[in-house]
Parts: sequence; structure tokens; C-alpha cells
Amino acid sequence: MQFETIIGLEVHAQLKTRTKIFCGCSTQFGGPPNTHTCPVCLGMPGVLPVLNRQVVEYTLRMALATHCTIARESRFARKNYFYPDLPKGYQISQYELPIAEHGHLDIAVESDSKNESDPDAEPTKRIGITRIHMEEDAGKLIHDDRRPVSRVDLNRTGVPLMEIVSEPDMRSPAEAGAYLRKLRSIIRYLGIGDGNMEEGSFRCDANVSIRPVGSDRFGTRTEIKNLNSFKNVEKAIRYEVARQREILLDGASVIQETRLWDPAAGRTNAMRGKEEAHDYRYFPDPDLVPLVIDEAWIAAARQALPELPDDKRARFIDQHGLPAYDAGVLTASRDLADYYEETVKRCQLPKPASNWIMGSLLGLLNAEGLTIAASPISPHNLADLLTLIDRGTISGKIAKTVFEEMAVSGNSPQEIVAAKGLEQVSDTDAIAAIVDQVWADHPDEVARLKAGNQKLMGFFVGQVMRSTKGKANPKIVNQLLAQKLAQ
Amino acid sequence: MDLHELTIAAAQSKLHSGELSAVELTRAVLARIEAVEPRIDAYISVTGDTALEMAAAADARLARGEGAPLTGIPLGVKDLICTAGIPTTCASRILENFVPPYDATVIQRLKAQDAVLVGKLNMDEFAMGSTTEHSAFKVTRNPWNRDRIPGGSSGGSAAAVAAGMCLGALGSDTGGSIRQPASHCGVVGLKPSYGRVSRYGLVAFASSLDQIGPLTRSVTDCAILFEAIAGYDPSDSTSVNRPVPDSLSALADGVDLRGVRVGLPLEYHRVDGLDPDVAAATSAAAETLTELGAVCVEVSLPHTPYAVAAYYVIAPSEASSNLARYDGVKYGHRDTTKTGLMEMYRGTRSTGFGAEVQRRIILGTYSLSSGYYDAYYGKASQVRTLIRRDFEAAFEQCDVLLAPVAPTPAGRIGESVDDPLAMYLSDIFTLSANLAGIPGISIPCGLSKEGLPIGLQLMAAPFEEARLLTTARAFEQATHHHEARPAV
Ligand SMILES: [Zn+2]
Repeated sequence: MQFETIIGLEVHAQLKTRTKIFCGCSTQFGGPPNTHTCPVCLGMPGVLPVLNRQVVEYTLRMALATHCTIARESRFARKNYFYPDLPKGYQISQYELPIAEHGHLDIAVESDSKNESDPDAEPTKRIGITRIHMEEDAGKLIHDDRRPVSRVDLNRTGVPLMEIVSEPDMRSPAEAGAYLRKLRSIIRYLGIGDGNMEEGSFRCDANVSIRPVGSDRFGTRTEIKNLNSFKNVEKAIRYEVARQREILLDGASVIQETRLWDPAAGRTNAMRGKEEAHDYRYFPDPDLVPLVIDEAWIAAARQALPELPDDKRARFIDQHGLPAYDAGVLTASRDLADYYEETVKRCQLPKPASNWIMGSLLGLLNAEGLTIAASPISPHNLADLLTLIDRGTISGKIAKTVFEEMAVSGNSPQEIVAAKGLEQVSDTDAIAAIVDQVWADHPDEVARLKAGNQKLMGFFVGQVMRSTKGKANPKIVNQLLAQKLAQ
Repeated sequence: MDLHELTIAAAQSKLHSGELSAVELTRAVLARIEAVEPRIDAYISVTGDTALEMAAAADARLARGEGAPLTGIPLGVKDLICTAGIPTTCASRILENFVPPYDATVIQRLKAQDAVLVGKLNMDEFAMGSTTEHSAFKVTRNPWNRDRIPGGSSGGSAAAVAAGMCLGALGSDTGGSIRQPASHCGVVGLKPSYGRVSRYGLVAFASSLDQIGPLTRSVTDCAILFEAIAGYDPSDSTSVNRPVPDSLSALADGVDLRGVRVGLPLEYHRVDGLDPDVAAATSAAAETLTELGAVCVEVSLPHTPYAVAAYYVIAPSEASSNLARYDGVKYGHRDTTKTGLMEMYRGTRSTGFGAEVQRRIILGTYSLSSGYYDAYYGKASQVRTLIRRDFEAAFEQCDVLLAPVAPTPAGRIGESVDDPLAMYLSDIFTLSANLAGIPGISIPCGLSKEGLPIGLQLMAAPFEEARLLTTARAFEQATHHHEARPAV
């Protein structure tokens, strides 16, 4: 039987505000335990929360960037449960009336799922966003390895989180991955979060179910938690789909439950029922008045939005004449797109710039584990390297050597070319003399070439390049050899 | 007259003229506490040394001619208002050793005037109760009759003010907890409009109903204390940013009640168990106001019969969440005999909270539970809206509402301990003001045949405290009921 996979994702993204959501404490990561705390985030008796406006501002930007409807009036609610990392005994979140609903974003998909209404369009798919809301993070428990003791660190308590809930619109682990990457890219473009899964500033739970192809009813879903990297999200979903498939093929039923991904074992395990059976007793938090967002605030937030990935990508295709693929890669992050545009601004060579950035530069950064912001080669120097190639000052081959040298020393390409004497030889007389010498040194090969063995042309080019240490202008070498043969 | 019997207004003029020093006054009040505390049990803690230091600072300020209205005035504070460095127990075992590192906003405001804090006052545990018998530490006696309750939950505050153990006190009112003990002890008690006084540092019972307010021996004193603590506070999102009216100068100018419309709610006459003495005193008060030029009109508050039920769903629901933080993890009492987390939680909360608090936590938890939420919390919230509308409609016909505070004078100690429902029902006249967010005041309006004080309640539209205070002041001047003092 053929099955279809149904995936919905719940993402918790930490917002990069200076202070916490309901008090003035620092949100800085690290710090000795319980140093970024005050009576409010410690949940002491009688204290009250005051909403940080920046949290609303950031969430509003995200909601607008994902085309959500903004609630003119939203509310905070209390989610009640006992745990030592939750000092008030409840988490302040939004429940019935979230700040934003009914949004969407588009992801790139495999080309076989073409948009039927517009077959020429880039293959994209629209993923619905059910809701976005604000809430506070909990603290952290540190378990003692030697004794049955746990310690509580409340530095993270009250750090602002934005929860983004998708519709069950994804049909494969790859689509889930593409959705997450797109979400992260928007968050980073907006400058409202780090989107770092490994460090926990971007967390994801996946709701997964399968159903027979053609069925219009959803199967029973499971919720998968503890997905701490993009790779693990896709792996865990693949595992879970296979597990559910086996159950259904055996004629049994999937149980609705929460399952934890075990990355080491590469499998999901059911959480014990006790940890799961919560009645959170949500009710509106009487300490916080309804959050009112007027037209003026929305308009100002819209005005403050930067150019977003989809718009930037379209502009790169249009303005720089790039292929869709290049534009997609270069706009995946705002830093990379900025790097590209700075390079092109100086050298006016859009396609070579794209080739070198996507090839050599990203290869270098990957190998060194560096971000584009920490690139040892500046856009200025890369642009100058491309200009040297374009003007014929150095060959493409030599340029690779110069690039490597730039990566190590950080020097400009001009300095490296001058210091190492790498400038291309385009003096026809000088090259002609070497061609003559090579011709004279290899009479046998000349004879075979003249007899029609065209493959030997490459041999002669190689010999000339070797004698000039690669600096001879290959175009002139080819020209002169052709003339020689025609004589 | 003994110094401890001075009103705030009288003490103020003596302090400002230099006739009396703050240290002298504070010593007199501390001596009074020492003398009668064994018979009244109003205080959980008396902060004598701190009080004398504060009094010395007040004297220095007065000497510079910079005295504020409350500079050097010895005051008591209900023990669920946080005081930095001074234990704040909420009359509960679970916070027996809790010392807050911060002052409530109202305390900051009193300190800004160099008022003198003499101690923390007894109450029903976490303000849950109407008798002050539900304190984990002591039962406060009514100064008028030691066999009677002082009312509650701010029973310690009312008894201390009545017995001269402070010149004024702060209490808190969630369903009548200032007005009812004020009535039982023969003092003035004001519950301000919701949002008028900052709740920052007031340990929460039911956040949408709680308000801090003054208990004093005269309406003028009440106005002085009210104006000191009222006003917008950015630390409390529910505090309202609107100016506090200068009711003091209105009082000083002499009050004219001509043309003031006094509303008499029809439904309040139909309450079962209304004591004849209380009914008679209330009618007499309406007559007095009429004689002063006011016009009495009958009004209807049709949803009154549902108020007690709605209140006893909403208040415990909020309490069940507000009291979740007392879990033995961070501060306060912990049951150290248990090792597992769940066992520790259960042990801590079972031994730390008294029976009435546990009863309300269970009630509230149930009301908010999935499957019951709509029928209980949801329904109660709707009733609350209807009650608020009742008052809006009534205040189109009248300027103040007149009603009893409690159906009977103070009951006997031990009488209602085993009958929580009777205790809940006795809140009928007071809790509607909390549900509607309107201000209410209790002022003495005579004594029962048994010699127990009876209070008169006036209520006004939101933020109309000035209207309440002027009407109350006119009544007080005409009757002098407030001058009656118990012989302790
Ligand atoms: Zn804090």
C-alpha cells in the first residue's frame, strides 16, 4: 500500500532582545547560575510581570514577514504545571487569543511538483502558518552525576520565545527541512533571533502521521520532541514514518503520543504516560492587560521590515541576471547576499562573482568552519581578483593560487600577484620564441600532429605553459600553435 | 487624650507644629501594643527598633520643615504586603521564614513620606477567610468583645486600629477583607477601585480582585492614607494611569450633600439572615443622609443572587495558580522528610498550607480543569460581566450606593470554623464591588443591642473615591459614631 506523509511543525525561536520578556534581567547566555535573575523572574511572592515591548515588536515583524493576520487585541494566559525549573508554577504564554494567525511561507521543492496554474514559475510550495505567539522560557535543571540531587538555574527563565505553529502541510522530511531553513532564514533576515538549533535558540517539535494515498482523512499523529539539529529533524521524521508504516501494514493502529528522538540510537521512543498526562488549566493571566496593537503600530513595523529572502532572490535574478539556483543559494542568508552585492558593486561582474562565491569561497568557509561574516577574504579583495581575471592580468588557473594565498595572508590579490610575479605573459614575441623552441625540441610529436593527431595539440600547450610556469596567456599560446601548424 | 488615640490628622498637626515628636508618638504606640497585644493578638511581628529608627528620621525631616502628611505617623501593615528585610508571612506556615528583599510599591510610597512602620498585622492565611481565625499563628480578638472575631481577612489591621495599636493600617480587600473587619471593629475601611493602588508587592490571592486600602479611625485619616498610596505604577500593568483626585481639600471645605442621589439596592433587602440591628442601622443611615439633603432612590442589581457563586469560582481559580509558586523549591517551608520531587511537593504543600487555603486551591484547580472550565470559570466570568453591567446601570440613577457591610455584627470565635459555606455567604454585600472593580467604604453607623459595632457601606462608580469620601465624611460629622472607642 502507498502511504502519504503528513507533517506539521512547532518551532520555538528565542528572540534576541536585551532583556527578558517580563522583567529587566539580561538575556545573555552563560553567566554563573542564577545571576541574571530578580524577584520577578524568580517568582517571589507579590511580584508582577510587565511586558517587554521589544518582544511584541519582534514577533510583529515575524508575523508580517509570514503574511499573518495580526490580532488587534491578544491576551496572555497561564499554563499551569509544577516543575522546579518553573518558579511561578505556571508559564505565561498565549493561548486562546494569540498575536498572529493565518500566515504562510513558500519553500522551494523538487521540480516534479510543478505549480499547475503557472508551469513556468519556480517550483515552490506554500506552507500554512496556523499561529504565532509569545511566551516565556523556563529555567534549567542541572543533575548531579554522583548524588541524587538536582540544581536549578533560573538565568533562562523569562527569556522571550516566539512559537510558530505550521499547518500539517508538509509531505516529506525534505519539505520539513526546507520549511525550517526558510523560517530560520527569515528570522535571521529580520535580525530578531539567532536560529541556532544546536544551542537551543531554535527548537522544533514535529507532528507526524501517515495515511493511504488518496485518503482525505488524517491518520493518528505522534509528536516528536528533542530534535536538536536540522539533520535530526529529517532523520527522526524518516524513522517515525517507517515505524508508523510498519504498524499500519501489520493491521495495528498508531497511538497518539509524544515520542522522544534518540539521536544516538537513531530511533524515537514513547515518553512515559505520566510525564505526558498534563491538564495545563489555561486561563487568562489577570496580571497582564489585553495587548492592543493598533494600525499605526502595524504600519510602523511593516515599514521597518528589511528586504526578505523571496524578494531579494527575485531581485538577484532580475538585476544581476543570475540563474534561479544561484540567486537561491546567495540569498539563503542576509550576510551572504550582502557579501555578494558588495563584491559585484566593486567589480561589476555578477556571474563570475556568483561562481567564485558559491564555489571557492563557500568551499573554503565550509572547510574552515567559518561564517561568511568571518571570511578571511573581503568582498573588496575578491572583487579585485575577479577584475584581474577579467582584464587578463592573471589566468583563471593562477587565480586559484592567488585565492588560496589571499585566504592565508588576507593580502590583496594585486600584492600577491606582484610579489610572486604571477602576472600573465601576453607578449606575443616572447611566447612565439618559446613555441618555436618547443616545436624544435619535439620533432616526432610535430610529425604526428601534422599527420592529423589533433590530441597532441594539448601536449604542446602543456609544454609551453610548463616553460612559462603557467603564466603564458593560454589564448595567445593556442593562437601561435595553430599558426605554426598551418605553416 | 492618650497619644495612641490620636487620629492621623490630629497627630500630623502636633508633629508639624513641634508639639509632639515622632519618637515620642512611636514610643506611645509601642507601649500600647505591649500593653494590649496579649489580649488582642493583632500583630504577627512588631518591629520596635526599626520603628524608632524611622521615627528619628521623621523627626529630622520635620525639623527641616519638610514634613509630608504621613511623616512620623506610626502605621501597621497587613502581613501579605512585602516589606524589605522584615518577614512577610501571609499568616502561613509556608512563608513563616520568608523575608522579602523588596518593598511593595505602597511601602515605598509610605517610606517616601517617612511614615513609621510599627509591625506586620495578623490575617486569615493568604487573605482567605472572613474571621482571622484562619491564621497559622494566632486568633485575633475583637477589641469590643474578646469572644468575638474581628472579621477578616484584614482582622489584625482593623483590631489594631480600633485598639490604638497604630494610628492607621493597610489591609487588602479581595471580597470584603478591608470593609468587613472595619465594620466589625468600628473603624473606617476603604477598598479603592481596581487599578487605583499598585498591587506590586501585595502577595496575590486573586489578582483580578485584590486591592490594597487603608483602615483608620476617621474618614479624613482614610483620605490621607489613601492619597499616599494611590496612583499609577509602571510595575503593575493593571494599575490605571489617571490622576488621584484631591479629596482632602474637598473634605476640608465642608461637604454639602444636597442633591446627591443615594441608591438603595432592592435585592439587598431580600438577603436571608439580615440582622435586625444591622437593618435598622442601615435604614437610620439612609435617613441621616436624607436629612443632610441627599435623595434616596431605589435601584436594582438583578444579578446579586449569583455573585457569591461567581466569586467563589473566580477567586479560588486565580488563587490555585497564584499559590502554585509555594512549592518548597526556592524559599519558604519545605518538607525535608521526602526525597522524590512529587512527594516533596505534596508534603510541603500539605503541611505548609492550612485547611481553608487547601480547600480553595482544590476548588480552583477543579474549576479550571479541562472539561469543567466552561461550566465554572467560563460561566463565572460571564456572570461577572453581568454584575459589572448591573452597577453601570445603577450608577446612571444614583451617585452612591448604600448597603450593609455584613449581614450581622461580629460573630463568636469558633462559630463558623466548621461551616465554610456560612462564612462565604456572609460576603454577599461586599464581594460584588470586587467583581465590578468599583470602590467601597465601610464607616461606623452605630452599635448593636449587644454593643458591637455596625458598619455602613457606600459604593461608587470606578475611580469615584472622592465621592465616597465626601459622602462618608458628611455622615461622620452628622453622627459621630466613629468616635465610639472600645474599652480594651
Ligand atoms: Zn528578572
